[in-house]
Amino acid sequence: MEGTTVRSIVCIKRVPDSEARVRVSGDGRAIDSSGVKFVMNPYDEYALEEALRLKEQSAEGSVTALTVGPDEARETLRSALAMGADEAVLLRSECSSDGLAVARALAEEITTREYDLLLFGKQAIDDDNMQVPAMVASVLGLPCATVVVHLQVAGGVATAKREIEGGHEIVEFDLPGVVSAQKGLNEPRYPSLKGITAAKRKPLEEKDVTLAGPKIELIEMTPPPSRPEPQIVGEGVDAVAELVRRLREEAKVL
Amino acid sequence: MADILAFAETRAGVLRPVAGEVVATARTVADQLNGQVVAIVVGGAGSSESASDLSRFGADRILVCEDESLALYQPDATVEILASVAEDVTPGAILFAASAQGKDLSARLAARLDVALGSEATEISVEDGAPVIIRPMYAGKAYGRFRFLGSPALISIRPNVFPAVSNPREAVVESLPVPEVAVKTRVVAVEAAERTALDVREASVVVAGGRGLQDESNWRLLEDLVDALGDDATLGASRAVVDAGWRPHSEQVGQTGKVVSPNLYFAVGISGAIQHLAGMRTAGVIVAVNKDAEAPIFGVANYGVVGDLFEVLPKLTEEIRAARRSDG
Repeated sequence: MEGTTVRSIVCIKRVPDSEARVRVSGDGRAIDSSGVKFVMNPYDEYALEEALRLKEQSAEGSVTALTVGPDEARETLRSALAMGADEAVLLRSECSSDGLAVARALAEEITTREYDLLLFGKQAIDDDNMQVPAMVASVLGLPCATVVVHLQVAGGVATAKREIEGGHEIVEFDLPGVVSAQKGLNEPRYPSLKGITAAKRKPLEEKDVTLAGPKIELIEMTPPPSRPEPQIVGEGVDAVAELVRRLREEAKVL
Repeated sequence: MADILAFAETRAGVLRPVAGEVVATARTVADQLNGQVVAIVVGGAGSSESASDLSRFGADRILVCEDESLALYQPDATVEILASVAEDVTPGAILFAASAQGKDLSARLAARLDVALGSEATEISVEDGAPVIIRPMYAGKAYGRFRFLGSPALISIRPNVFPAVSNPREAVVESLPVPEVAVKTRVVAVEAAERTALDVREASVVVAGGRGLQDESNWRLLEDLVDALGDDATLGASRAVVDAGWRPHSEQVGQTGKVVSPNLYFAVGISGAIQHLAGMRTAGVIVAVNKDAEAPIFGVANYGVVGDLFEVLPKLTEEIRAARRSDG
């Protein structure tokens, strides 16, 4: 089948690694990022991989990586370039947990570009908002499928399978449109040595942006509520009867 | 005084369990603001009839848009319906379930109304006449308390956290016109999963397995336990076994899977990596079965059994069956 030429913009975010221990900073306004390893948001890797595959299928098209973030997010964009993106754009800004403010900044940049598909991870694993992809779509008046585990693009139409409770929805739309990626969409590649070297020569544009004033405000951040003191009921099968008794009589959950 | 809109989700003309949670939570918030609860139902045939049940959870008005064209979730039309009701009612807040549909819809509506959205709230209070929410961030490794700087406040609530308490009202069911919209996103079909299991985020009991199970064929041990625990129980999985291809990603619990809050969580053969703990530490009661007494999972478990899961599990299933039988 003749591949459709797809020009993708992949929106990515720099986040703490999922294995990182998170501590709240002294002022209770953010996390303490000292010693925390930052990575490309894992769901964004699926989005980027999908864009790269669409480009490879048609032997045409392009992949642009775009982020809103601090100076350090340049490293996240370099990883995207190393994986195979053609160019990258950093919208330098303070962070915001107002999804709509971020979506508007992205949308403003996106309108200056030509594209067929906007790809995102389904959510960033720091704020866990799961808002920005659908918001960008709404702001730009584009169709959108979120939490997608399978995507097919042919003849200017995208067919996406999105995860819902107990099954999937099949969603269709005409390009251009927006897709947010869920784990399962593909298996993201690792950057090759050649890719890492090539990334250094690829264009990385930087510009300062000012986010719109937030409409939601963090009052304070706290550690999670502590759990009750753990109890070891016992060892092996002999502990089972006592476990069931405690679940029934003490915890009252059976 | 401010009214609260509650979006009550349906599938195939039947209310989903989270609909009761959303309406009951809206009732609590509305009572603090001396307002009414206006429930909104959008769906195909049967929706009006199912919707009348929402008075049980405290809805004062129930607005239903029922049409065959809305039998599947249609985001463009649903956003229009909600936007037009919001314009009429000028609510203080609009509540959704943080479900596949609720999260998609609430983000679209927030952009449409140019207001903020607070996702996955686990607590809602009212301060100075406006809602304040607490929501887990970093998959629950930290919690944020947020205030809204505009109105309406859009809030999605985490399933299984807010109880669907009964609070009967005399509600009026009114029908809404089907909006005329340019449909851009077309939902053309729904495919049910092979197992029509309860979703891991919405089950009140989760039995999750990890690498300690050694092979995917051993999952029958967990399935037996789920079966013994009854209709409110379902399976979960660690990232390791999903990455190994033993279980579907829809069952994965953790920071890159689902964050769950069941009443009871069994972690079987799961050591307890940080990203897994982040996904289940808000469960009511956690039971861990692991042969390694030093496994981090025992640090969050209310009850731990150190031992060989291949011996412990069958015995546990048997004891639970016996206990449930004796309850009749």
